[in-house]
Amino acid sequence: MELYRLTACQAYDMLKKREISCRELTQSVIKRIEDVEKDIDAYLYLDTEQALKQADKVDRLIASGKELEPLGGLPIGIKDNMCTKGMTTTCASRMLANFVPPYDATVVKKLKDRHDIILGKLNMDEFAMGSSTETSAFKKTKNPWDISRVPGGSSGGSAAAVAADEAFFTLGSDTGGSIRQPASLCGVVGMKPTYGAISRYGLIAFASSLDQIGPFTKDVTDCAMVLNAIAGHDANDSTSAVRECPDYKSALIDDVKGLKIGVPREYFGQGINEEVKKAVIDAIELLKTLGADYEETSLKYTDYALSAYYLIASAEASSNLGRYDGVKYGYRAANYEDMIDMYKKTRSEGFGSEVKRRIMLGTYALSSGYYDAYYLKALKVRTLITEDFKKAFEKYDVLIVPTSPTTAFKIGERIDNPMEMYLSDVCTVPVNIAGLPALSMPCGFDSRGLPIGLQIIGKAFDEETILRVAYTFEKNTKFHNKKPDER
Amino acid sequence: MDIKTLIGLEVHAELATKSKMFCSCSTQFGAEPNTQCCPICTGMPGVLPVPNKKAIEYAVRAGLALNCTISEFSKMDRKNYYYPDLPKAYQISQYDLPLCVGGYIDIETDSGPKRINIRRVHIEEDAGKLLHEGWGDSSLVDYNRSGVPLIEIVTEPDMNSAAEAGAFLDKLKAILQYIEVSDCKMEEGSLRCDVNVNAVSSDGSRATAITEMKNLNSFKAAIKAMEYEEKRHHDAIVHETATVHETRRWDEANGETVPMRSKEEAHDYRYFPEPDLVPIVLSREYVEEIRKSLPELPDEKYRRFIAQYGLPEYDAMVLTSSKDLANYFEECAAIYKDAKAVSNWLMGDVLRVLNEKSLSPSDIPFPPAYLAQLLEYIDEGTISTTIAKKVFDEMFATGKAPGTIIEEQGLVQISDEDALLKVVKQVLEENEQSIADYKAGKKKAMGYLVGQAMKLTKGKANPQLLNKLLEEELNK
Repeated sequence: MELYRLTACQAYDMLKKREISCRELTQSVIKRIEDVEKDIDAYLYLDTEQALKQADKVDRLIASGKELEPLGGLPIGIKDNMCTKGMTTTCASRMLANFVPPYDATVVKKLKDRHDIILGKLNMDEFAMGSSTETSAFKKTKNPWDISRVPGGSSGGSAAAVAADEAFFTLGSDTGGSIRQPASLCGVVGMKPTYGAISRYGLIAFASSLDQIGPFTKDVTDCAMVLNAIAGHDANDSTSAVRECPDYKSALIDDVKGLKIGVPREYFGQGINEEVKKAVIDAIELLKTLGADYEETSLKYTDYALSAYYLIASAEASSNLGRYDGVKYGYRAANYEDMIDMYKKTRSEGFGSEVKRRIMLGTYALSSGYYDAYYLKALKVRTLITEDFKKAFEKYDVLIVPTSPTTAFKIGERIDNPMEMYLSDVCTVPVNIAGLPALSMPCGFDSRGLPIGLQIIGKAFDEETILRVAYTFEKNTKFHNKKPDER
Repeated sequence: MDIKTLIGLEVHAELATKSKMFCSCSTQFGAEPNTQCCPICTGMPGVLPVPNKKAIEYAVRAGLALNCTISEFSKMDRKNYYYPDLPKAYQISQYDLPLCVGGYIDIETDSGPKRINIRRVHIEEDAGKLLHEGWGDSSLVDYNRSGVPLIEIVTEPDMNSAAEAGAFLDKLKAILQYIEVSDCKMEEGSLRCDVNVNAVSSDGSRATAITEMKNLNSFKAAIKAMEYEEKRHHDAIVHETATVHETRRWDEANGETVPMRSKEEAHDYRYFPEPDLVPIVLSREYVEEIRKSLPELPDEKYRRFIAQYGLPEYDAMVLTSSKDLANYFEECAAIYKDAKAVSNWLMGDVLRVLNEKSLSPSDIPFPPAYLAQLLEYIDEGTISTTIAKKVFDEMFATGKAPGTIIEEQGLVQISDEDALLKVVKQVLEENEQSIADYKAGKKKAMGYLVGQAMKLTKGKANPQLLNKLLEEELNK
């Protein structure tokens, strides 16, 4: 088997046992990128030369007798909205096309400390606003399962890179489904941990109260191991939780006996593709045969989640993106008459249309006279949805729902219809609103052979139970073994 | 018709913390531009704020000293607006749940004591500074000040004249300095004042629209601007001219206020809760700890000075208007027991020189013990009061001890009767006309002769003795 096919844990084990060198491993992934990237377009920035230098350094470390920490020394990719010192971080926007941060995001620093090798930066929707990676100002990433289709978004590059074996794992960010939905569409494992479980320091903010960093991996074991590497309190992020970090690896138990699964009916209604529904229900039935109990339930405020989300996220975004005004950061219009004109031209030229749409929506929602009717009401809905989940988790250990209403759609199919695009997030958004952890993993394929994603939602800071259910499902199915190019 | 002026103040005071509100950069004033900033206080993409606990403690101290209720639960909000000195395009401030609410300060007015109510005190971060001078068409930005912690103190419109507002500002400054949360240096921008003024007729039938004046950068400018506005608003009522709600700027050169922008052009700041920070939750114990640690405040000190030192109210008020001056007084009075004499010297000569040189009490170049020594030299008769003034000026110029100055310059008072008698005789010999005048009943001649004697002794003659000897000789 080609080395790039290995899971992160397998590659790490071979590296540790000196069965392969880091250079061999890195070269294999670089070769893979050279072969497929022209079709996939996952990376916005690549530095293979630097990666090989890093690999040689890792080999010297190993030769000197140093033991790598788990998942250390692996070639990986980072979504282009996490700051990487000395490496462009563009948020796939013209606005930040030349932004080279002078510091590393906390998660990047943690991975670098383990000697992971950052191959480059991955494509995304501009400022993480989108569900198809088509709003990127630079390129369109294709779904490795069918290159006429989108990889999902906003972390489309991160999902596609893992699906196409262009990195052992990648990091993405999830504000309304931006990890789980592309993971679902690309047939990989993607997890959005509890809000506060992972430091956001260095993640270029879209909607601060919803954004959360998480991993894309080839299987559930890798997911737990990446969490071990990046989770934990960070003094630089006041919203990161102060708590003892569990060993997520110990949650990998092939047993769901006695676990109670809630199946909220609102997630199986109108707009959810029949094949998707069937695959998810089959998965729940399988878990039942493995000893779990399930029961239909209701989360009655689900229908309001999408509206509340687009108000809260856009309101925060309108403020977070204010700093791109041509004064200190990023693009500045070439010609302008005065200060106000510079602001207008800079922002008109620097941002794409989806970003502008959200800035306008958010600005409106926060304007005096409209605040109570929009933003404040959205916050109240947020409280109701959070309560909804809290009540459900008094009865159930996890909730299981589809990740995305459909499998991967065609490039260009929804880009001109924002409402249709926004509906792509209908199953994922409520989780962000409540700050809960959730994981998406493959649970079948539709009639076109496109992957279907299963979403497991857990209690706040109970990633372990999610991982246990996911691990059990994976151990008893073969969906994760199928590769796009083996279709 | 009686017209009443209503003045409300919004005062910004920079907190004297070592580091900024949300990062560890220094707050030191006067550094080279852009040498005290980092990704956090310049709003670099991806960074997050981490609150400075000391700044919150200082704000609570201020709130307690201003008799506010401290909120057990408050939160930070974002105030959004575009300006080049604001790198994030929002200021982290507090909107609907401020840290401190409902306090007051008591001031002295011509018609007696008056209570000025404080609506709220909240915490926020400062912006950078634009440098317009010397760069042609461009302006440059210095981010050293960006992120420095501030408190904003908002009063009710309880002041009815510029003088009352001035008294409020003096008292506020004294309190903040007493509790050591701000150095309140207006010239360095660590205390800034926005003013809201309008006027109403006493029958309530007429009122002018509120004028806002921003960032008045000295007490003098603030008072002059308020006086100007007071008159403008009164005139508007008298002449029944229409007024608009607007922001005006104080033009120091022309001594007038000019319109900046009307309310229609005013910002919509789109406040919303700062999602990057968790709410500020303070326990009762924490607040009580801080309350216990508060030093004696100006009002308490004022009452104690009257009771303990028997000072007149006016003296006590002047001395306690500055913590440094009050401490100086107490240290001096501990050595030299005539407190009123110490007070006279401080309120007279010391404050006069400080004012002349635009210095503050902390700049007095000699210790309180030296002033006590000076007073003792007078009492002992070593020097006269006149010579003492000369010694005092020298102390201020050199910081030297009075004994050293007296010795170096040979200023010891001549109290030796024989020596003085010689001087008196010489003066009388040289001024026969004056003797004649004196004997003819012109008592003024006596003064001239004393002056001549003082001239001969370079002012060192013991005045009482000199007078006595002169009179004796003349009446012989």
